[in-house]
Amino acid sequence: MESLYLLIPLSVALVFVIGWAFWRALDGGQFDDLERPAHDILSDDDRSK
Amino acid sequence: MSVCFHCGLPAPGGVHRATVLGAEREFCCAGCRAVASTIAAAGLGGYYQTRTETAACAEPAVEEKRSFDGHKGEASLVLGRVRCAACLWLIEERLRRLPGVTRAAVNYATQRAQVAWDPARTGLARIVEALREVGYDAFPYDPARAAAAERRERRAEIWRLFVAAFGAMQVMMYAFPAYFGGGELSADAEQLMRWAGLLLTLPVVLISCAPFFSGALRELRLRRVGLDTPIALGLAGAFLASAWATVAGSGAVYFDSICMLAFLLLGARYLEGAARRRAGRMLDPLLRLEAPSDAIAGDIIAVAPGKTIPVDGVVVAGDSSADESLLTGESRAVRKGEGDELLAGSVNLEQPLSLRVTRTGRETRAAGIARLAERGAASRPPLVDAADRVARHLTWIIVVTALAAGAWSHSPWVAIAVLVVACPCALALAAPIVLTRASGELLAHGVLLTRARALEALARVTDVVLDKTGTLTHGEPRVTRVTAFGAMGENACLKLAGSLESSSRHPLARAFIGWRSGPIEAPRDFPGEGIEARVESRRVRIGTEAFCQALCGFPPAGAAHPNFDGSHVFLADERGWLAAFELADTLRPEAAGVVASLRRAGLTVHLASGDRREIGETLAHALWIDNCTGAMSPQDKYAYVAALQRRGGVVAMVGDGLNDAPVLARADVSFAMGAGADAAQLRADLVLLGNSLDGILAARTIAASAMRVVRQNIGWALAYNTLALPLAAFGLIGPWEAALAMGASSLTVLLNALRPLDTEPEWKASTSSSPSPSPSYS
Repeated sequence: MESLYLLIPLSVALVFVIGWAFWRALDGGQFDDLERPAHDILSDDDRSK
Repeated sequence: MSVCFHCGLPAPGGVHRATVLGAEREFCCAGCRAVASTIAAAGLGGYYQTRTETAACAEPAVEEKRSFDGHKGEASLVLGRVRCAACLWLIEERLRRLPGVTRAAVNYATQRAQVAWDPARTGLARIVEALREVGYDAFPYDPARAAAAERRERRAEIWRLFVAAFGAMQVMMYAFPAYFGGGELSADAEQLMRWAGLLLTLPVVLISCAPFFSGALRELRLRRVGLDTPIALGLAGAFLASAWATVAGSGAVYFDSICMLAFLLLGARYLEGAARRRAGRMLDPLLRLEAPSDAIAGDIIAVAPGKTIPVDGVVVAGDSSADESLLTGESRAVRKGEGDELLAGSVNLEQPLSLRVTRTGRETRAAGIARLAERGAASRPPLVDAADRVARHLTWIIVVTALAAGAWSHSPWVAIAVLVVACPCALALAAPIVLTRASGELLAHGVLLTRARALEALARVTDVVLDKTGTLTHGEPRVTRVTAFGAMGENACLKLAGSLESSSRHPLARAFIGWRSGPIEAPRDFPGEGIEARVESRRVRIGTEAFCQALCGFPPAGAAHPNFDGSHVFLADERGWLAAFELADTLRPEAAGVVASLRRAGLTVHLASGDRREIGETLAHALWIDNCTGAMSPQDKYAYVAALQRRGGVVAMVGDGLNDAPVLARADVSFAMGAGADAAQLRADLVLLGNSLDGILAARTIAASAMRVVRQNIGWALAYNTLALPLAAFGLIGPWEAALAMGASSLTVLLNALRPLDTEPEWKASTSSSPSPSPSYS
C-alpha cells in the first residue's frame, strides 16, 4: 500500500504531461480536419503528401 | 493627442481601448479595434512591426448597405464566441433593446446576425460595441475571417472536451477505491486520493466548464435566466461542497460526478456544434458567392469552360451551356449563346465565353438570393418562438424547484441533480437545426425560403390559389396577330406598342420586346388595366378593352375574335382605335401534373386570373381545376383569398411576385416565380428559383416533414422534463445519472433533427414527368 503514496502523485503528474502533449497537437492543427487526411492515402498524387 | 493603433487617425478620448499584443492600445473606432484584435488573435501581430504604412481605417470599410427602401442600414454580422442556442437569444435581446435597431435576427446554424437599424439613431459601430459589451465578437461577414474564427472556436471546443474527458477518466480512478475499496484503505491513502481528485477536477472546472460560468454571468448581467444558469449553479455547488469536504477531511466528495457531468454536457454541445455546422454548410455554396470580384459593370471578361462565373453578365461572344443548379435547382444544363444572360454562381460547361459584366458582388442575383436565404434561416416559425418562451420560464421553475428540493431534503446533491437533469437544452435545440436543414433542402430543390413562418402554414395548407400568367403558363407571350383599325399600319402600331410597353414590367409587355419607335413621355402604369403615355403630344393607351375605350369613347369595330382563346391587347389614342394585338402564351409542361398531385393530396386548387373569364375557364377545365374566377383585379384576388381564409382555409398563393404583392402578403403562404425578376424584390415567403411549379410539391413535403420533426422534438423535450424534474426532486436520481439523462435527451433531439427529411411527395402524379403537348393559353 505504501506504493500508493508514490504512484498517485506520479499519475497526477502524468495527466498534466499528457494534457500538455495533447494541447501541443491541437495547437499544431492536428485535429482541424478529421476527414480529408484519411483520403490522402487513396490519392496517387505524391505532391500532396 | 493619442492616435489609433491600427489606422493612425486621432483617437479622441481613448474611448475604444483593447489589449493588443501585450499592451493597452487606443483606437479611433470599434471597427479598427475589432480588426486589430482579430489580427492579433489570428497570430498575425507581426504585421504591426513590419508594416510601413498605417492601415486604412476599418470604420468606412465596415460593410453597410442601404436596404431597398432606403431608410435603413442593414448588415450581416458574423458572431464569435457563441456557445448555444441561448446565447443567440441573448444577442437578439441585446440588439433589440438598443435604440434605433429595427430588426435583429440571429441564425443559429451559420452564427450570423442580420441587423437592420435606423442610421439617424445608431450605427454599426455602436451595434458591434453593444455585442462586445456582453462578451460576443461581431464583425462584418468576410469568408476568410469567418473561417479563422470558426477554426479557433473548434480548437477551443476540442480542448475543453479533452480536458473534461481525460479528467473524468482519471478522477474516476481515484474515486474507485472509495466506492469499492471495502474500507481496506488507510485514512491517509483515502485523503491522498481525494486531494488528487481535487487537483485534477480543478482544471476541468476552470477550463472545461468556463463557458457555462461565463454564460451564466452574462445571463446574470442581463437579468435573465438562460440555459447556462442552472448548469453553472449545479457545477459550482458540487465543486465547492466537495472541495470543502476535502479540506475539512470529512463528508462526501463527488469529483468524479463533476467531471463526468462536464464531459457529458460538453460532449452533447460538441455534437450539437457539429450538427449545426453540417446544417449550415447546406447554405454555404450560396454564401460563398459573396466573395468579391474585381471586375466592374461594363467590363468584358472571358470565362473558361469548367469555371464558375463570378459576376452577372450578358454573353457577347461564344456558344456554350451553363449549369445553373446552384441558383435554380435545375440540374440540366442550359444553352447560352450571344445575348443570353449568365448569372454569378453558374458554371460554364463547354466552350469559352466572353461576357459583358452587368452586376458584381453584392448586386448579383446570387447575392440577393443568399441574403434572402439567410434572412429566411434566421427567422422562426411561431411554434418555435413559443417553445423558446416556455424554455425560459422553465429555467425559473427549475432553479426554484432545485432550491426547494435541496432545502427540504437537506442535501445539496438533490438540488444539483435537479439543476442538471431538468436543463431545457433539448427544448432550445429542438428546432433550429431542423429549420436550417429544411431551408437547405428546399434550396436544393430550387425553392428559396425567405420566411420560416411559412413552413408551419405550408404544412397545413388546404387551398392553393394559382395565378395564371407567368405561373401556370410561361408568362412569355408572343404577338400572334395584329389587327390595325386606323390609318397606322401594323408595323407602326407594333412599334408604338413596343415603346409604350418598354416602361412596363407586366408579363404581357415582354411580347413587344424588340419593337420600338420614337420616345414617349410621362408613361403611367395602371395596374391590371394598362399603360398611358404621351406620344407626339397626344394621349395613347395600351391595355384592356375597357381601359382604351375610356380614352377614345366608343367600342372597337369588329374586334371580337370568338374563336381565339388568347388575350387581346388594345391600342388607342384620343381620336380612336389603332390596333388589337393577339397574344398567346403556352402552358408550363409540369402544370397539369402539379395540379393533379395537389388535388390528389386533398387540396382544393383555385385559378385566379386577371384575364377574360372564358380563357381562365378553358384552362381550368383542361387542368381539372375546380374553382376558376376570371377578370380579377389585384383587389379581387385579395378579397378572394380573404374569403377562403374566413371559411377556415389555409391558403397558399402562387404568383409572379411583382404584380400581386398584396395578395401574396395576405395569403398564409406565398410562392413567387423567381426567374427573371430580382429575387430581393419579390415579396413572397418562398421563391421558386427554378421557375418550375414542381417546387410547390417538394416544398409542401419538406415543410410537412420538417414541422413533424420539430413537433416531435418539442414534445419529447417537454415530456422528458416533466418526467425527470420530479424524479430528481425526490432524490431518485444522482448528479451523474442526471447528467447522463440530460445528455441523452439532448442527443435524442439532435439525432432526430438530423434524420433525412422527406423530399419526394409520395402522391406525386406520374403525368408530370411526361408532359403532353402544351396547348396555347394566355
